[in-house]
Formats: sequence, structure tokens, C-alpha cells
Amino acid sequence: MNLPADLKYTKEHEWIKLEGNIATIGVTEFAQSELGDIAWLEMPTVGDETRIGETFGTIEAVKTVEDLYAPLSGKISEINPGLLDSPEFVNDDPYGKGWIVKIEFSDETEIAKLLSADDYAGLIE
Amino acid sequence: MKRTPLYDSHLKAGGKMVEFAGYEMPVQYAGIGIVEEHRAVRERVGLFDVSHMGEFKVSGSDSLEFLQKMTLNDVSKLEVNQAQYSGICYEDGGMVDDLLVYKFEDHYMLVVNASNIEKDFDWFDSHKPEGVELINESDDTALLALQGKYSKDVLNKLTSLALDDIKYYRFEIGSVSGKEATVSRTGYTGELGFELYLKAEDALEVWNDLMSAGAEFDIKPTGLGARDTLRLEMCYPLYGNDIDQTTNPIEAGLGWITKLNKGDFIGSTLLRQIKENGPSKRLVAFEMERKAIPRHDYEILLDDKIIGKVTSGTFSPTLRIGIGLGYVRAGNHKPETEIKIDIRGRYESAKIIKPPFYKPE
Repeated sequence: MNLPADLKYTKEHEWIKLEGNIATIGVTEFAQSELGDIAWLEMPTVGDETRIGETFGTIEAVKTVEDLYAPLSGKISEINPGLLDSPEFVNDDPYGKGWIVKIEFSDETEIAKLLSADDYAGLIE
Repeated sequence: MKRTPLYDSHLKAGGKMVEFAGYEMPVQYAGIGIVEEHRAVRERVGLFDVSHMGEFKVSGSDSLEFLQKMTLNDVSKLEVNQAQYSGICYEDGGMVDDLLVYKFEDHYMLVVNASNIEKDFDWFDSHKPEGVELINESDDTALLALQGKYSKDVLNKLTSLALDDIKYYRFEIGSVSGKEATVSRTGYTGELGFELYLKAEDALEVWNDLMSAGAEFDIKPTGLGARDTLRLEMCYPLYGNDIDQTTNPIEAGLGWITKLNKGDFIGSTLLRQIKENGPSKRLVAFEMERKAIPRHDYEILLDDKIIGKVTSGTFSPTLRIGIGLGYVRAGNHKPETEIKIDIRGRYESAKIIKPPFYKPE
């Protein structure tokens, strides 16, 4: 299972890439394989506030539906426009073209709550 | 948990195995996925392992009379080498199962849902008269479903049977890849297709040969996920979702297999009353008007009042919208009726349609 070491993870099977005060969020390889083919995503709007642990969107897969949980508090600074027409990017390239949103986070202390690749690997074994 | 004879080849093909009716079955295959598998069947050809289904052999001089009493459809209308879609009911009209009845020269074969094998066998066994022999051949029988417009071309390479002569819901016994097979022109997808009943020990070789013969048509192994989306686009009911012991065949839209004038059978007294008075609820097909996917157990509303529940729902890979089946109060079941589905607290607009969603060529 591909788990890039430079990313952070959550137990809700999301990955987080930290750059300055911006966190790019997606779902893990494991999550996309469990979800199966994704039909579409319900996305927040740029500017929406996020609170750690609260839902900010939904992934509708053919067979199931899962909420997306904000890994950090802040506000949505960007959504991936490519997913509107091509939700399959999440299946095909979960750490690349399948990124979902960017959050401008407001509380750096929350970063300590995120998991390392090793911690996350232990969860999905 | 039980495994079919093809378990190892599913793993090799990247099958994502899930529990279904006590069997470990592939729900989809890695690198393909439900949508691509679905598309393979709609546009080309796909191969399903449905060996989990149950097969009973019924023989003896009183077989016809027995099956007339036990099943909904008129078994006397069956010719040798013909199959019939049918159902079984309890006395109260609730459904025990839906099934296929095959008429061979000297016996019948019943094909039942995997989840109901034991229950059905006990039900038939407990009603069986002296002159009937009933054998559960499920464990010795494998079943492959080759479905899609190129299914005939693929199968032709492996058999000398005249496939053009096997009409819809007819079957022939012959050799496929040198193995004895009952080749039946049936399926659960709406496409041209064949179902192959094989000895369990022959299944692997036939599966491999079909996959090789299908390579030029870009055949895909197809899992239970695609089987479900394909059958839902055709509005074929699934036992355990759309029909069960609490639903009767009249309200489930299975009046066409319920032959109330063939004489008495188990459930016929109540089913005649239901037919006469009209059922209190009706199974309907509906499509979502915007991006939303209905799921099992979601509530159906009309004018803010709950009128029923979704029994099956999915994203339709062909139509690229959410589609579903569900029961609504009789009277609210007409095509074009605008309804709402409670999708996790949001009331999403939907419209009842005249089935099916997908019309094969």
C-alpha cells in the first residue's frame, strides 16, 4: 500500500500535505480502494470554515457513501476543480490529481494530532 | 466461510473478496472496478462467477404436481430444454425466494439464491410427497455467467452447440471446452448472455478458456458490484433487498409470474385476495433529478409525508445518475410522480419511471 512518508494522515483515511499555513487534503490509497469507484464528491465552497473532526464534504461511491472530516481547523482556500468532471482522479491518483481541498489552517497545535505514515500503516494492517 | 471453485483465480485477478451469503465472493477486481466492469458487459462482454447460487434436482413421477403446488409460475407450460422465472411463497403470500425452474428430459432443476439455499431446501423437503426425489447439488455445481453482446462469439469458440438456436430462456446440454455443460440463454444483466452450469471440478478450466477466448473482445472478469448495478438498471428485484418474506409478488411487480388461474398453490388463496383488493404498497423504480445516490432504507416522501422506503439504490454507470427501487403506498406509484428521497437529512427530488432504466438494443 502506497503511503508517502512526507504526508500526515488521519484515522478517517485522509492524507494531509503541509506547506506553510496551507494543508492539501485527499483520501488515502487504502480509502479509495475500500470505497471503490467514486461517482462524485460533494465539496465545500471556498471560504467555508472548517473545524477539526467535523465533516466538510461527502464522497459518493457507487456502492457506498463516506463523509470527509476536516483534519485541521481553518477555512477552505481552494477546491480541486478537476474532480467536478473527473471524480475518478481520486481512484486513479489519490495523492496527486485526486487531491480534494486545501485548508488554510488556523491552529498549528492541531498538527500534533495528525498521524505519521508509520502510525497510519499500523491502523490499516 | 465457503468458497467457489474459482476462489484462487479471483485472487490472482485482483478480486476484492467480500462476504456474500456465506461465500467469499469478488465484489470487484483491482485495476478494473465496478464502473469499468459494468461497461464491459454493456458494451462488450464480461464473465461472472455465480457458483454461490444453489441448484436442486427434482425428479420422480409427481415432480410436476409438486412444483405446481410450490411455485408461482405455471410449470405445466414448460417444454423440455426451457427455463422459467418463478417464485415461492408462504401461505400468507410473503416470498420465500425467487428462482429459475429448468425442465430437463427426466427431471427439473431449481436455481435459488445463495442466501436461501438451506431455507429453500428445507421448505421444499418439508412439503415433498413420496413420489418426488429432491437433491441439493449446490456444492457440486459451478455456475458461470457470460454476458454481453460478444458472449455468443466467445462461447462459439469453445463449443459445437448451435448457439443461435438457443432462444431466450432455453438451454442445451453440450460440451464447452471439452467439459459437460448446461448452456442456458439467461442472465441478470439485460444483455445477450449465457449461463453455464458445470461440474465444480471443471469450472476453473472453463473459466480460463472463456477468458482467453474473450481476450480479442476485451472481456473482463465482473464481480458482484457490477452484477448489482446491471440488474438495477434493468429493475430486476434482488431477494433480501426488494423482495423478502414481508413482501408479496403482486406488490413486487411479479404478478406476471404469479399464475393465479393455474389451480391452487401455496399462497394462492391470499394472493388472489391481494390481487382482487389491490396491494397496499407497490415496488417502483425512480431516478434522481440531481447528483444524489439513493441507498437501501432511505425514506421516500411525497408532499413531506413518508410514503415508503428505498430497497435498492445505486449510481447508474450507464445513465450517470442515481437510480433506485423502493416501495411506496399504492396510489402514489404511477410513473412521472414527483417524489423526494431523504438522503441523510436532505430531501432530494426524484421521479418515478416506467421500468427499466436501461433498454437493451
